[in-house]
Amino acid sequence: MKQISKWFSKNLIRIYAFLAFTYLFIPVLYTFIFSFNDSRKTNLIWKGFTLDKWKNPCGAPDICNALGNSFVIGFTATAISTVLGTLIAFALGRYKFKGRSATNLLIFLPMATPEIVLGASLLTMFVNLGINTSMVTAIIAHVMFCISFVVVTVKARVASLDPRLEQAAMDLYANEWQTFRRVTLPLVAPGIAAAALLAFSLSFDDFIITNFTAGTVNTFPRFVYVSAGRGIPAQANVIGSAMFFLALFIVVAGQIVSSRRKVKI
Amino acid sequence: MAVDASTSARGDLILKNLTKSYGEFNAVDDLSLVIPKGSFFALLGPSGCGKTTTLRMVAGLEEPTSGSIFVGETEITDMKPYRRPVNTVFQNYALFPHLTIYENIAFGLRRRGISEAEVKTAVDKVLNLIELPQLASRKPNQLSGGQQQRIAVARAIVNRPALLLLDEPLGALDLKLRRQMQIELKWIQTEIGITFVHVTHDQEEAMTMADTIAVMNKGKIEQMGTPEELYDSPKTSFVANFLGQSNLIPGEVSGNDGDNLIVDLFGTKVAVPKARSSALGKSVLVGIRPEKFRIAAEGKSTHGNVLTGGVVSDVSYIGVSTQYQVEMPSGKELMVFEQNDDDEEMLRKGAKVVLSWEPTFTFALDGSENVSAGSH
Amino acid sequence: MAAVKGASAKVFGLKDNKSILPYLLLIPGLLWLALFFIVPIFSLGQMSTKVAGAQTGEFVQGYRFANYVDAFNASTEQFLRSFLYGILATIIALAIAYPLAYAIAFKSGRFKNILLVLVVAPFFVSFLLRTIAWKQILGEEGPVVSVLRTLHLISDTTSITSSAFAVVTGLAYNFLPFMTLPLYASLERIDPRTLEAAGDLYANGFTTFRKVTVPLSMPGVVAGTLLTFIPAAGDYINATILGSPSNKMLGNVIEARFFKIVDYPAAAALSFTLMAAILVLVTIYIRKAGTEELL
Repeated sequence: MKQISKWFSKNLIRIYAFLAFTYLFIPVLYTFIFSFNDSRKTNLIWKGFTLDKWKNPCGAPDICNALGNSFVIGFTATAISTVLGTLIAFALGRYKFKGRSATNLLIFLPMATPEIVLGASLLTMFVNLGINTSMVTAIIAHVMFCISFVVVTVKARVASLDPRLEQAAMDLYANEWQTFRRVTLPLVAPGIAAAALLAFSLSFDDFIITNFTAGTVNTFPRFVYVSAGRGIPAQANVIGSAMFFLALFIVVAGQIVSSRRKVKI
Repeated sequence: MAVDASTSARGDLILKNLTKSYGEFNAVDDLSLVIPKGSFFALLGPSGCGKTTTLRMVAGLEEPTSGSIFVGETEITDMKPYRRPVNTVFQNYALFPHLTIYENIAFGLRRRGISEAEVKTAVDKVLNLIELPQLASRKPNQLSGGQQQRIAVARAIVNRPALLLLDEPLGALDLKLRRQMQIELKWIQTEIGITFVHVTHDQEEAMTMADTIAVMNKGKIEQMGTPEELYDSPKTSFVANFLGQSNLIPGEVSGNDGDNLIVDLFGTKVAVPKARSSALGKSVLVGIRPEKFRIAAEGKSTHGNVLTGGVVSDVSYIGVSTQYQVEMPSGKELMVFEQNDDDEEMLRKGAKVVLSWEPTFTFALDGSENVSAGSH
Repeated sequence: MAAVKGASAKVFGLKDNKSILPYLLLIPGLLWLALFFIVPIFSLGQMSTKVAGAQTGEFVQGYRFANYVDAFNASTEQFLRSFLYGILATIIALAIAYPLAYAIAFKSGRFKNILLVLVVAPFFVSFLLRTIAWKQILGEEGPVVSVLRTLHLISDTTSITSSAFAVVTGLAYNFLPFMTLPLYASLERIDPRTLEAAGDLYANGFTTFRKVTVPLSMPGVVAGTLLTFIPAAGDYINATILGSPSNKMLGNVIEARFFKIVDYPAAAALSFTLMAAILVLVTIYIRKAGTEELL
C-alpha cells in the first residue's frame, strides 16, 4: 500500500499531465470518430461506420467551395504578411533607429485587440468608404492580423543570429547582397518558415474577422458555423481531421529535419 | 564576379596615426606601425588595450576615426572588407553552420569567381595541410573545438591573402591543445609565408610564436621588438611587468663605470649595463627578473651585484622551482625563482639570506615609471 | 510576449543606424497596419457618434456621445458578463495549464519536443469543429449527460450545454495553448540549479515551488493571462454554440447590432468601449506585474 502511495506522489504531476492531454484531445477524437459516421441529414447520433464521407469529402453542398476560398485567402494572406512581417523583423532585430518603441507598440496592439474589435472596425471603415466586402477585403484583414505574429516569430530568429557570421562572410569577399543571400537568409529561413506556417493556421482558422470582412464569400469556418444548428455534415469532420493530420505531419517533419541538422559527435 | 584588383595587393602592413574614438575615449590612440611582409607579428596586451579594435580596423569591420592603413602601396583605409587582401580567423571561429566544411573553405574562393576545378584543388590542398581531409562533408557543429579552429584557419589561408589576422584564436582551447596549435600555426606560417598578425593577451603565446611583438596598453604601443628584446630590455614598467615578472627597485644613479651605470639601492651599489637602461635622469627603477637572482643563506660567498639583509617571508615549492618572497631591510619585497637543480636545501621562512645576480641581467627604467603598471 | 520566444535565444547588440535602410524595411508593413488597423479604429470612433439618417441603413455624423451611454445601459449585463467569463476562463486555463507546463518543462526528459507538439496539435483542428464537438459531447444526446444522469449526479432536466459553465469551460479550453506555451517558455528558462540551491538552503519541495519557481515564472504568467483574457472577453462563438440566450456576451450584442439590427453607431460604441476597457486593464496589469518588454 505504501509503495503505491509513494509511486503516486512521485508521479502525481505526470499523471496529471496525462489527464490534461486526454482532455485536450477529446474533441479531436470525437471529430475524427464522427467523420466515419453514416449520417444522413444530421451528424449528431452515431448511425454506423462508413468510409463514404472520406471517399467523397466534397459531398456536402458548398463545402469544397468554402474550403477552396479558405485556401486562397490563406495562401495569399500568408504570402503577403510573411514578406511584410519579415522586413519589419529585420529592421527591429538589427538596427537601432528612432521610433523603435512606437513600432513595437504598433506591432503589439493588433495582438492585444479582441478579434471582434478588429473585424468591426474594418467593416466600419469599408462601410464609410462605400467598399463592398469580398474576398479582397477578407485578404486585407487577414494580412493585417497576421503581420504581428510573423514579426514576433522572425524577430526572435534574427536577433539570435551571430553578427560575426556576416562579418566573416564579408571578410571572405562577399559583398552585402551576397552575404545576405548566402549566409543571413539561409540561417533565418527556418524562422520565416515557422512564421508562414503560423500565419496560415491563423488565417485558415479565423472566423470572427472573416465573418465581418468577407461579405458573402464562404470559408470553411463560416461553413461550419452556419451548419452548426442542424449538425454539421460529416464531410466537415473529414476535412477537419485531414487538416489535423496534414498539420501534424508538417510539424513533425519539420522537427525531424531540424534535429537531423543538429547531429553532434 | 571578377577578382577585385585590390584583393591582390601585397606588401608590408603600414598603420599611420590610426585612431578610434568613442566619444571622449580613445580605444586606439594615434597608432603607427610597420609590420614587415611575411613575418609573424603579435599584438599583445590586456583586455581593453585596443588590440582587437586595431585588428578589426585592418579587417575593415570597424571604421577608423582618423589615420590610414596601407598594404604596400595600396591604401585600404576606406575599403569594404570584401575588397581587402586580408582574411580573419575569428575568436569563436564563425564557421557557417549551414554549410559543410568544404563549402566553408570554398566560400571566399567562390566569391572571387574562381573556377570550380581550381576551387577543388585549393580546398583539397589546404585540408591536407591541416591534416583533416576526411572532414570535408561534415558540418561545423559535428567537429571538436580544435578541429573547428584548424578549419577556421584553413578557410582564411586558402585565399592566399596578403595578411592573415588572428583574433585570440586559441582562447577557447584547453592548455594542451593550445600548445599544440601554437606550434602548428607557427609551422603553417613558415610554410606558406603569409604575414600573420596575431592578437592575444597571453604573453607566453606571443613569445612562443611571434617574430616581433608590439605590447599595447590603453590604445598605444608601449614597446615593439623581438621577444628577447622585450624580455631582456623592457623600456617601460608595463612591459617589464606584463611579460614575465619583474622586481623593480627605486634607486639613484651615483656614477658610471665604462659600460655600466652605478646605481645606489638603499645604500648598496649595483652595476647596470647602459645598453639596458632607458632612464632619463638620476632617478631610476632597477629591474631584475626573479629567475636571475641567486639566493643563499647569509654568509655564503657571492659575486656580481649583491643585496644583503634579506629575510625569507614566504616559500612556495612548485616542483620545477621554488619561489621565495624576500623582505629587504627597506621594507621592499622581492621575488626569487630558484630552479631545483641541485642538492641545496630549501631555505625556510625566516631564514636570513643574501641575494646576488650577474650585472648583465639588470635593466633600468626611468624613475617616473609606475612600479605596478601591467602586473598581474 | 518575450516569454513566448525560445528560452535559449542569445541576443546580440544592434547596429547603429547610419542609413535609411531600416525605415525602408519598415514602411510597407507599418503602412499596411496604419491603413488597416489604425484608420479603422478611427472609423469606429467616428461611427460611434453618428445618428440615424433620413433613410434606413444611413447614418450621419451627429457627435452624439450619448450613444455610448445608451449602448452601455442597454447592454450592461452582457458587458459585465464578458469580463466575468473572461476572468473565470483565464483562471481556469491558468489552473489547467500551469501544472501541464511544469510537467513538460521539468518532468518530460527527452519527450519534451513531442509533448510540446501534442499541446499545440489539437488546435490544428478548426476551433469551430472543436467547440461544436464539445457541444455534442456535453449535449443531450452525448455520452456525458447520459452517464451523469444514470449515476443520478444531475437531474433529468438539467443540461450541461446552454449554460454559463459550458461557455466558460469552452473559453478556457479554446485558449489553453495561449496560456500553456508562455508558461512553458518561462518555466523552461529556470536553471534547475536554482531549485537545487533552494533545497540546499533548507526549503522543502512546496516552499521551493512557492518562493522560487512561481516568482521566476511570473513573466510567463503575465503573458499567458493576457493572451487568454483578451480574446476570451471579446469572444462570442462559445457563447453562441455552448450557451443559451441568457449567456450572451458583449460580442454577441455587437455582432447582432452589425448584422441583424444594423445599428452601426451603437455597435461601434460598444466595440470601442470594449477595446478601451481591455487596454486599460492590460496597461494596469502590465504596470503592476512589471513586465515591460512586450515583444
